Amino acid sequence: MTDNILFDLKGVHKSFTRGKETIKIFDGLDMQIKKGDFLAIMGPSGSGKTTLLNMLGGVDQPTSGEVLFDGSRVDTLSEGQLSKWRANNIGFIFQFYNLMPMLSAARNVELPLLLTNLSKKDRKNSVETALKLVELADRASHLPKEMSGGQQQRVAIARAIVSDPKLLLCDEPTGDLDRHTADEILEMLQLLNEKFGKTIVMVTHDPSAAKYAKRTLHLDKGEFVEKDLAA
Amino acid sequence: MGSIFSQISAVVAMNIRSLPQRFWMSLAMVIASAVVVAILLAFLAMAKGFSATLDSAGSENVAIFTREGSAAELNSVISRDQVNIIETAPGVVKDENGPVISPELYVIVDGIKKSSQTEANIPLRGIDERGFAMRKNVQITDGRMFTPGTNEMIVGAGILREFDGFALGEEVRFGKVIWKVVGVFSTGGNVFESELWADVKVLQSLYNRGSSYQTARVQMSSPNDLEAVRKFVADDPRLNLDVETEEAYFKAQGKQLSYMAYFGWIISSIMALGALAGALNTMYTSVAERAREIATLRAIGFSSLSAFVGTIVEALVLAAIGGAFGSIVAFLLFDGLNASTLGGSFTQVVFSFEMTGDLFIQGGIIALMIGFLSGFFPAFRAARLPVIVAFRNAA
Ligand SMILES: Nc1ncnc2c1ncn2[C@@H]1O[C@H](COP(=O)(O)OP(=O)(O)OP(=O)(O)O)[C@@H](O)[C@H]1O
Ligand SMILES: [Mg+2]
Repeated sequence: MTDNILFDLKGVHKSFTRGKETIKIFDGLDMQIKKGDFLAIMGPSGSGKTTLLNMLGGVDQPTSGEVLFDGSRVDTLSEGQLSKWRANNIGFIFQFYNLMPMLSAARNVELPLLLTNLSKKDRKNSVETALKLVELADRASHLPKEMSGGQQQRVAIARAIVSDPKLLLCDEPTGDLDRHTADEILEMLQLLNEKFGKTIVMVTHDPSAAKYAKRTLHLDKGEFVEKDLAA
Repeated sequence: MGSIFSQISAVVAMNIRSLPQRFWMSLAMVIASAVVVAILLAFLAMAKGFSATLDSAGSENVAIFTREGSAAELNSVISRDQVNIIETAPGVVKDENGPVISPELYVIVDGIKKSSQTEANIPLRGIDERGFAMRKNVQITDGRMFTPGTNEMIVGAGILREFDGFALGEEVRFGKVIWKVVGVFSTGGNVFESELWADVKVLQSLYNRGSSYQTARVQMSSPNDLEAVRKFVADDPRLNLDVETEEAYFKAQGKQLSYMAYFGWIISSIMALGALAGALNTMYTSVAERAREIATLRAIGFSSLSAFVGTIVEALVLAAIGGAFGSIVAFLLFDGLNASTLGGSFTQVVFSFEMTGDLFIQGGIIALMIGFLSGFFPAFRAARLPVIVAFRNAA
């Protein structure tokens, strides 16, 4: 039954304390994400989209409740275990690309592979494949500052997929890009989802970005309001 | 996972390559570390040079007699009678002229230092041919030996170098007496070169010493003979004397400036604290500036250990560069630098700073300590940096 469920959130509570004030973001959130899904999460600023993504990525922990990934708890893992779990299962794509400015595109893409036992040669092959997929094979030796925003984000996508994780987590991946470039990126994500079977969770403000997803969830005041996309 | 090493080396390489982005901060840390190391090395080289000057002076085959408890030649008195008894001690080498013994006088005169034009004390040693020959590596480098029974003297090479008015052929006045410089001698750089030598009999009469001396040296055929000499002295109640090898005597004198080394460590440790404050600032800034990169790597799955090691290695590298730089500067400025300072008996000892390998190791140690301490807490911060930082919007 749980075979095709990648993420299962059960009764997740999340609050932040700032000084004496406690801000409740989630108050008993339940959610399931199927394998192979392409999920867009929308919602007003401050509604908790990034917080949710962080909890999925093991970057932040729920105050209470359970987060199950492929049937096993991740909210109870230690920092060290989480690092390994992220390395094995998750590719992150950030709004501001978060490339290492002093490393070439190829070196940036290679980073996740340094956490594996792959030989230098195998790493090189995987990097080439990933860069080809994002159509940047000819830019391998370029530094991030020598590339446009869209190209940098493609390098970031290559980095996210190079170690072949099941899941891609994207926080406003097109938030910093123009319409045309954004569409290229989104097509690429769609391709990764459809052809390579990656499960993708994407936070976005942009309704036309959300159209590339298989389904969209609207987050408001810590609750999901499912809307019909066709509407 | 066999990847810990590749993780860490990748992070280290990234940190090092991004140093130019933090150029001025990093440079400040390098300079702070360099200054501390250079100062430490200056003190250590001074202490080293001083003790080398004394350590190398003494011969292990010469026994030196001083009055019991006098500690230094200047305070010692030995009578002619005692000298006569010492001559009969076992272990004293004899040649065709009898036992090889050198009774000596040691008085203090004034000279004007070239560097500061101030007066300073110089030892004037009364000696004879035998005492002259007893010194290691002794050699007249210019002029000739003094003629016994005259107001002639020979000057050590160090005195000639550091003091005015002792050039060959010059006349020098001490009190009412005028001396003539007839020769220059060297003893291979050791403490004897900081002395003036004249005929001991002439000194005895000019300084109203009657027939008494201050010290006596005897030639032994091996250091093993010292035990017999010592027993001989202990068994004779007329000989209230201390005896040891000349080598041991000067080693003990050489320790007198070893406090310079401690002093150097204390001064440079205090300065290191100042340097540490600056270096900590550099490293905390580095962590703050790299926060997004560190967090991104952590999100990708890099361990917090790699963030820790990356930061601490960056600090060690900066401090080590500073240490190397400070060592080079210290070497260029101080190695072989001539100095003179008050020796054991309030006399000037002319010596040169000596920069040796073990000093550079000590410099390296203090540099790495600065690096480690300034890197440790920032590295801790880097390791504990929340991964969420990677998602913050500040570009
Ligand atoms: N570390 C934190 N400490 C305190 N409050 C926090 C923290 N992180 C987030 N919050 C608060 O939690 C709420 C949800 O933040 P979150 O970043 O998840 O919103 P978001 O939906 O991603 O917003 P945006 O669309 O602006 O990115 C906000 O009110 C925010 O101020
Ligand atoms: Mg957000």
